[in-house]
Amino acid sequence: MTVARIAWRVAMIVALPAILLALWWFLSEGSTSYYAPPLSKILKTFDDVWFTGRFGTDVVPSLLRLLAGFTIALVLGVGLGVLIGSIRSVRAFCEPALEFLRAIPPPVLVPVLILLAGIGDTMKVFVVVSGCLWPILLNTVEGVRAVDEVLTETCRCYRIVGRTRLYQLVIRSASPQIMTGVRQALSIGIILMVISEMFAASNGLGFTIIQFQRTFNVTEMWTGILLLGALGLVLALLVRLVEWRVLRWYYGLRASQRGSA
Amino acid sequence: MTLRPHTVLGIAGFGTFLLLLELVPRIGIVSPEFLPPFSDMVVALFQQLLTAEFWLALLDTLKGWFLGLGIAVVLGVVIGVGIGIVPVLRELTASTIEFLRPIPSVALIPLAVLMFDTNLGSVLMLVVYASFWQVLVQTLYGVHDVDPVARETARSFRLGRWSEVRYVVWPSALPYVMTGLRLAASVALILAITAELIIGAPGLGNQIGVAQSGGAIASMYALVLVTGGLGVGVDVLFRRLERWALRWHQSVRREVMA
Repeated sequence: MTVARIAWRVAMIVALPAILLALWWFLSEGSTSYYAPPLSKILKTFDDVWFTGRFGTDVVPSLLRLLAGFTIALVLGVGLGVLIGSIRSVRAFCEPALEFLRAIPPPVLVPVLILLAGIGDTMKVFVVVSGCLWPILLNTVEGVRAVDEVLTETCRCYRIVGRTRLYQLVIRSASPQIMTGVRQALSIGIILMVISEMFAASNGLGFTIIQFQRTFNVTEMWTGILLLGALGLVLALLVRLVEWRVLRWYYGLRASQRGSA
Repeated sequence: MTLRPHTVLGIAGFGTFLLLLELVPRIGIVSPEFLPPFSDMVVALFQQLLTAEFWLALLDTLKGWFLGLGIAVVLGVVIGVGIGIVPVLRELTASTIEFLRPIPSVALIPLAVLMFDTNLGSVLMLVVYASFWQVLVQTLYGVHDVDPVARETARSFRLGRWSEVRYVVWPSALPYVMTGLRLAASVALILAITAELIIGAPGLGNQIGVAQSGGAIASMYALVLVTGGLGVGVDVLFRRLERWALRWHQSVRREVMA
């Protein structure tokens, strides 16, 4: 790539966000509207609100809950998914029930889980698990089901069994699908983390943001919205990065297949 | 009609799930106060079905879902095709779309409450925001996937911009658009019910909250099951719609023949 082309690409990536931000900045600058405070004021408040202690007391607990719930969902989802996906009759047995459970909107489970697990951290972690589990589980099932038959039989010929077979054949083959599930699960996870905190909590991002809204601290509320947006973005980038590391072999394989075809 | 073993196993599995739902509280693994037996939920469901409140709530939920989905699909398709057929626009907007898409829709809840209070407007705001991206991104993929040879052929024959979109771009992109529509329909339903539950706009979600805080536990579970049924229904409906809209398409025709 020549320098000019790289410059063009960078300009393309940066241009529109820069224009939009500039528009927001200048159009809101003189704003006296109660609902839309100037962006400059929001950014100034951002520092005061989030980096003076709130980060440790509200953002970190939220992230820990999300992480805990997501990890449990990942382990359960991949474990059960491999089991259900490898045995045909188990899959037929479980599928309708799983499809039904997945169709229940996860936030609806918040009141249910409040009953079962109280309003503490356990409930919030469970809410995240209850939402993240299905995309990971169902995608793993699909991935395991679609393992290449030639590979399966090759493994059988070489008597590759047990743990090696599981890691090298089954999970490896299903990993592109699993990563799709992980990506979906994470975006659901953030939403559920926030919702569970909006419902019943004494700290956390969702709690703080709804508190700002209830006390009509609009500027502070906007900083919360910005922070949530940034968080969603960072986590999405993180997943992209992990995906790129884990699935490098897959992208290479696909590219070479396309190239030869 | 003979049932395939696959279907029989599925029914048995679902039956087992319901049986567990009945037995777990009966044996006392979980207190029936918190998880009533399935039969109680069914009774509560029938009681609900007899009330006008339930049907009004269902209607409110469906209204928010349908309107929001409609707005999101029209916006998503129009903007998606508009951006997609102009390569410069496509490159220019890619980063912004990637930035905006992962912003969780719940971040907008406080804003929606301030702007629309607990009206339909706040539900629509969340539903439209969340389902718009599903449609937009799929439409963009679809337009990108149009066979370049077909587009160049259309240009050689001097099809106008409009005819090119109508006869070349749209049919090629339709499978993607339909996928986007199906995803958006599920997301819209989830967001509609979520918004009702959290913001307190009228609808099934709100009813669940009311039942929980009022201690009508069996009713609450019954309503949760209804939302699950609704979710399955929407999914099945839009899969059908997808097959119908793409009945001329290779992938569907091959499936029918096989």
